[in-house]
Amino acid sequence: MATTKSPVDNGVNVQALLGARAALTEAPEGAKFQWRASCKWVYGTHSRSTIQKYFGLGQEHEHKTEFTFDADHPEIFASEDKGAAPVELVLAGLASCLTAGVAAVAQHREIQLHSVQATVEAGMDIQGILGIDKDVRNGFDGIKVTYKIDADATPDEIKAVVAQSQKRSAVYDIITNPTNVTVEVS
Amino acid sequence: MSPRRITTVVIGAGQAGLAMSRCLADRSIDHVILERGEVAHSWKTERWDSLRLLTPNWQSRLPGYGYDGDDPDGYRTMPETIAFLERYADVISAPVRSHTAVSSVRRGGDGYDVVTAEGEWRCRSVVLATGACNVAHVPALASALPPTLSTLTALQYRNPTQIEEGGVLVVGASASGTQIADEIHRSGRAVTLAVGEHVRAPRVYRGRDIEWWMDAAGVLDERYDEVDDIVRARNVPSLQLAGSPERRDVDLNALTRIGVKLVGRLVAIHDGKAQFSGSLRNNCALADLKMNRLLDRIDAWAAENGIDEEVDPPHRFESTQVEASPPLALDLNRVGVKTIVWATGFRPDYSWLDLPVLDRRGRIRHDGGVVHSPGQGLYLMGIPFLRRRKSSLIDGVGDDARDLSAHLESCLDGGSI
Repeated sequence: MATTKSPVDNGVNVQALLGARAALTEAPEGAKFQWRASCKWVYGTHSRSTIQKYFGLGQEHEHKTEFTFDADHPEIFASEDKGAAPVELVLAGLASCLTAGVAAVAQHREIQLHSVQATVEAGMDIQGILGIDKDVRNGFDGIKVTYKIDADATPDEIKAVVAQSQKRSAVYDIITNPTNVTVEVS
Repeated sequence: MSPRRITTVVIGAGQAGLAMSRCLADRSIDHVILERGEVAHSWKTERWDSLRLLTPNWQSRLPGYGYDGDDPDGYRTMPETIAFLERYADVISAPVRSHTAVSSVRRGGDGYDVVTAEGEWRCRSVVLATGACNVAHVPALASALPPTLSTLTALQYRNPTQIEEGGVLVVGASASGTQIADEIHRSGRAVTLAVGEHVRAPRVYRGRDIEWWMDAAGVLDERYDEVDDIVRARNVPSLQLAGSPERRDVDLNALTRIGVKLVGRLVAIHDGKAQFSGSLRNNCALADLKMNRLLDRIDAWAAENGIDEEVDPPHRFESTQVEASPPLALDLNRVGVKTIVWATGFRPDYSWLDLPVLDRRGRIRHDGGVVHSPGQGLYLMGIPFLRRRKSSLIDGVGDDARDLSAHLESCLDGGSI
């Protein structure tokens, strides 16, 4: 545990999260969320996704603003590089999810964070997406996340925060476990 | 036939029911123990042949009874465990009605009616001591298994001769899964072990049994109303321990050393392929960190209590070794897996309990064994972390029985039921 006497502030409202946990334990139907994104083709491999609405706690919600994400492919893929590659957005999603978890778990464990830096590397053999070798999968052959964390805690306490963050992370789960995907054309 | 009347009915003549019987007798509360089979029935009929208790012999302290043999540090075989409990039942003259399965417990009169094929009992209080491991839990994804595979659960497993030659996938890496994986692999059948969340512990630390340390340092006495999250504490998997005479470890490194192949948690079966989670590394890291926190606590306790000189110096164990890229899928047929053993946990069976006391997950709502019931006088025993971390151990039911029999008596005195 942190030995500091000053109140730990990582900017995460743990009390609100614990309150929500208690409330949703009693009313589990409120815990059913639906996340959404829409994506419009622009030109070539460039597309623009927008994210604003979602459903949860029994009703519709909106983000305060609409967020947009451009995605494209680099020029070596004969594309125009007008945005990050979709696979890179996946890595950003994983790193953001784990990092949010690190902050929340550290707050809950009363560990003051000073800096948190994640580096994500993912290997891919593009023989898969190019259809050269059917034994090579399209996706990553592995993902490596490296954290550099400065916090008022022992190295093992910091490792435990990072491990717990993985245990509770949605994106980590999405990437490490299979998910049924249905794609329809209307 | 009108129901027989008695103050208290205890259901189940395992260690929990017997300990409670002894405590009720001490308080002169008339009671009967209804047992579907015989004393120690689950130990007799639902355990594999080689199983030994995970706790050493000295650590089976029951109210008014304990170990008096010459091997306090050994681990009882099943026949020895059964004999131990049978002797206890004799010593305390437990009023056991054998072969009397309970088919219903419901409200009746100013208490409860307990229905059996041998007649009905009306009582003011009931103690549910039917155990935590009545049913082997099998995950829903099992329904997608190819029908050519043989499957059995940890409750059905007896020894490797039950299993045909060929590969075996053991699912689950707690005490049952790791012990069964170890035994089957040593029988010459190549074992793959699917590993989810697990709890690693060494059999021996600094020259003493890990159970000795946990007992001495007060870990096993931690109370249910003192821990952060009791729901989580009650669902913690069992320690990766075995009670072998050689005091062998059955952690994942020990299994890897004999050639067991580790894969992640089994998450899907699709077209004859088993799919495993990519979370193996983190689950191992979590278990290593958790074990080291326990060892830190033990070391601190040893230093505070001045026994550092009596025991070996502190040390840490090699972290769990995970290969660089554990397989995420196995074509079960192609890799020669013929059998799946489900060691994916156990559940109690309350199908005979006709009282509105279950939550939506089928668990009994209770406060340290005092069941939240429309009436008073209903008690639960012998489940993980009922009142203390040791509640599911033979060594743990005594303190629980002492507490709950006192509560039971005060309820009777209050006359409010």
